[in-house]
Amino acid sequence: MDKQTATTTVKRSFPEMLKGGVIMDVVNAEQAKLAEEAGASAVMALERVPADIRAQGGVARMSDPELILGIKAAVTIPVMAKCRIGHFVEAEIIQALGVDCIDESEVLTPADEEFHVNKHLFDIPFVCGARNLGEALRRIGEGAAMIRSKGEAGTGNIVEAVRHLRTITDGIRRLTILPEEELMSEAKNLGAPYELVKEVRDLKRLPVVLFCAGGVATPADAALVMRLGSDGVFVGSGIFKSDEPLRRAKAIVKATTHFQDADILAEVSRGLGEPMRGLDVSKLPETELMAGRGW
Amino acid sequence: MGIQRRSWYTMQSDHRASRIPANLPEQSGEAAKAKLTMAVKARIGVLALQGDFREHIRALNSRGAEAFPVRTPADLRGIDGLVIPGGESTVIGKLMVEYGLDQPLRELIAAGMPTWGTCAGLILLSQETDNAMAGQPLLATMHIRTRRNAFGPQRASFEADLRIPALGEQPYHAVFIRGPAVESVGEGVEVLARLDDSDNPESGIIVAVREGNVLGTAFHPEVTNDPRFHDYFLAMAQPARV
Repeated sequence: MDKQTATTTVKRSFPEMLKGGVIMDVVNAEQAKLAEEAGASAVMALERVPADIRAQGGVARMSDPELILGIKAAVTIPVMAKCRIGHFVEAEIIQALGVDCIDESEVLTPADEEFHVNKHLFDIPFVCGARNLGEALRRIGEGAAMIRSKGEAGTGNIVEAVRHLRTITDGIRRLTILPEEELMSEAKNLGAPYELVKEVRDLKRLPVVLFCAGGVATPADAALVMRLGSDGVFVGSGIFKSDEPLRRAKAIVKATTHFQDADILAEVSRGLGEPMRGLDVSKLPETELMAGRGW
Repeated sequence: MGIQRRSWYTMQSDHRASRIPANLPEQSGEAAKAKLTMAVKARIGVLALQGDFREHIRALNSRGAEAFPVRTPADLRGIDGLVIPGGESTVIGKLMVEYGLDQPLRELIAAGMPTWGTCAGLILLSQETDNAMAGQPLLATMHIRTRRNAFGPQRASFEADLRIPALGEQPYHAVFIRGPAVESVGEGVEVLARLDDSDNPESGIIVAVREGNVLGTAFHPEVTNDPRFHDYFLAMAQPARV
């Protein structure tokens, strides 16, 4: 019998199974276990959560493989890890570690200011950030099997996530009403491959799963982005920078499932303690914004 | 199984009485499939706690069923059959317990409700799993033992053609995503498909099983366009004469 691995179907189907769930940033095995206990669909292994990267500065790189392997050994749910934008060697190392999915992430310091990783060359799926439809389709054109709206990581402020998610879904809706003869110009304006523009128009959605990231700090935030059309939620600093990570993580998981049920949302939002403090994105200097990274 | 189903339908007769045409002939196998389009639409609940439930709902609706998401026990009213989708079995299991769905589901399945689990769903239906994490909630309605994530990390996920006699001659193209395997089956469990590496159909890892009203697949028929598995399940779940 002929087993085919690493096909587009196999790579794109992996994120399908994460939908309706929460992917949590973790920096060690202990946090990974807590995330699994809380009901995370997957964990993202990284050295520092975005809030700390923001606070401490310096170059943010791929995590130590030792740390990634420790997290992998601690849980049975899928494990993801981040590489720097354009750093295909970090990506190869992550793949070699047996991680399930790579995040080519603007949260780390970019390694290439012009080009992203050629994700078609890898056996495991990639997730990439995007602020708008053109950026999402360029990443899919490079082989991304999953898109996440970028938001502004490490701020605990949902405003950018909402902006990016709305921009992507508005862009998709716009395509669905354009006549065929306008698609080529639209592809040019978006800076996106024509074939993908056509595919999105026909599907009325991205050809891959769309999650939301960057700023989710409360159950209500998670439900909000689900209501705005996200397939699932990434939570970075929002959990482990809060007072009671386990309770908050469980509440965000429930809110992501029951995002349409205000009674359940009210119930799970009660008495969670202090959320992460958060930052006003409009007061951050341009140089400290992460979402602008990626081309 | 016939007896089980009848008791199930008797239980459900309240909601259905008004929708069932009188004198609907007894259905089975191919005949049932042919009648799908003309009979009453089967109301299939898809457990929508986490995972690719949307794909199952789409596939079931496109094959003539009326599919709807199930998130709380209240959603189980008037249900003819249940699909547990792919996703993370630990997450689905926890949320199932948290919102009090596990016990009602166990009772409905025991009473004969046609139920199908794909991947994570298969794990949740199995009586035993190797799951490293203690306390993985299971519905434990099928006499099988499954191994979670049996093929390794995502890099080892694959697609392959399977021989599934119950679906006909044509090979069935199956997609396995961090899929489980059925390690052993108890009495009364029918093996529908194996992942055979040789020409011997009796060897190879078990990847699809049926035990009476319960169906389980280690792969994801909902992510491909071949409707045969959804049709097979709908033939099991089609409302029959009360």
